[in-house]
Amino acid sequence: MSFFDYFRSKKEPTSAALAKERLQIIVAHERGKRNNPDYLPQMQQEIIDVIKKYVSIDQDQVSVQLDSNDDCSVLEVNVTLPD
Amino acid sequence: MAKIIVVTSGKGGVGKTTSSAAISTGLALNGFKTVVIDFDVGLRNLDLIMGCERRVVYDFVNVIKQEATLNQALIKDKRTDNLYVLPASQTRDKDALTQEGVEAVLNELSESFDYIICDSPAGIEKGAQMALYFADMAIVTTNPEVSSVRDSDRILGILQSKSRRAERGEAVDEFLLLTRYNPSRVEAGEMLSVSDVEEILAIPLLGVIPESEAVLKASNAGVPVILDSDADAGQAYDDAVQRLLGKELEHRFLQAPKKGFFQRILGGR
Repeated sequence: MSFFDYFRSKKEPTSAALAKERLQIIVAHERGKRNNPDYLPQMQQEIIDVIKKYVSIDQDQVSVQLDSNDDCSVLEVNVTLPD
Repeated sequence: MAKIIVVTSGKGGVGKTTSSAAISTGLALNGFKTVVIDFDVGLRNLDLIMGCERRVVYDFVNVIKQEATLNQALIKDKRTDNLYVLPASQTRDKDALTQEGVEAVLNELSESFDYIICDSPAGIEKGAQMALYFADMAIVTTNPEVSSVRDSDRILGILQSKSRRAERGEAVDEFLLLTRYNPSRVEAGEMLSVSDVEEILAIPLLGVIPESEAVLKASNAGVPVILDSDADAGQAYDDAVQRLLGKELEHRFLQAPKKGFFQRILGGR
């Protein structure tokens, strides 16, 4: 850091702070997925296929999520139906 | 029974082989009979870093395939007593490592050695999985940089689900080794700090190795950097080995060297 740098304002977050924030988010997200069973993607595909028989939907209009608590797991299927 | 330690990271180029060479040399210097194994089949480099590349006759895969005995393949280090190197094969592919084969070699080594250091290849393929499967302890080598930290977290997930200890319902002892640390850039807010990485990965810190010119000099010469006791990196590895052996030491080299008056006024390094 040189003499002139002292005159600059230092308000914006540093790049290291940005890196830490991005890492915390992606690592938490990936840890959540880590314990998902291997069959989940295939099951998600089959659920989509069944719905597609009746309603025309896109791949991204269905979200399948598995939340595990201590002794119970909740499978959450969210389907956005077109109008 | 030997203690099996894997040096792993997920990402390549973070310092696994440098760290494997330094830590195994450090353990041997402390009187423990140590062998360091290169698991990077097809891309062996530990022999170069250890300076024994011209003495390789038989390799790890030869031993697994029973084309050579362990005693024929083990290279006794010329500088350090108690230290042996088991090089990787340069010609075969990574499928040559079978779980049964690796287990048989580790069992045989375990009878006469105190420590077995497994230098893992980068990635999460077969070679990396074999290197960590039998580990009692993992040294997760990480650079203070986003892709390295993310890959380290991925490797921690694999240690917790796909290692032998995990399958038995036990845990591998996991330690963080932060390498290529540049305190000046941390102070300028340009690099993740030790505490940032510790907070994200949430595993105990074994050591911080400062980014150092000594590391390249050491690999140029084929001498493990821990033997350069004048260099900051050499001393930092020595501290890490002492901690591995149970000593409690303060972490060093976390602050940038103080600048002189003229440097501060005029800038520059």
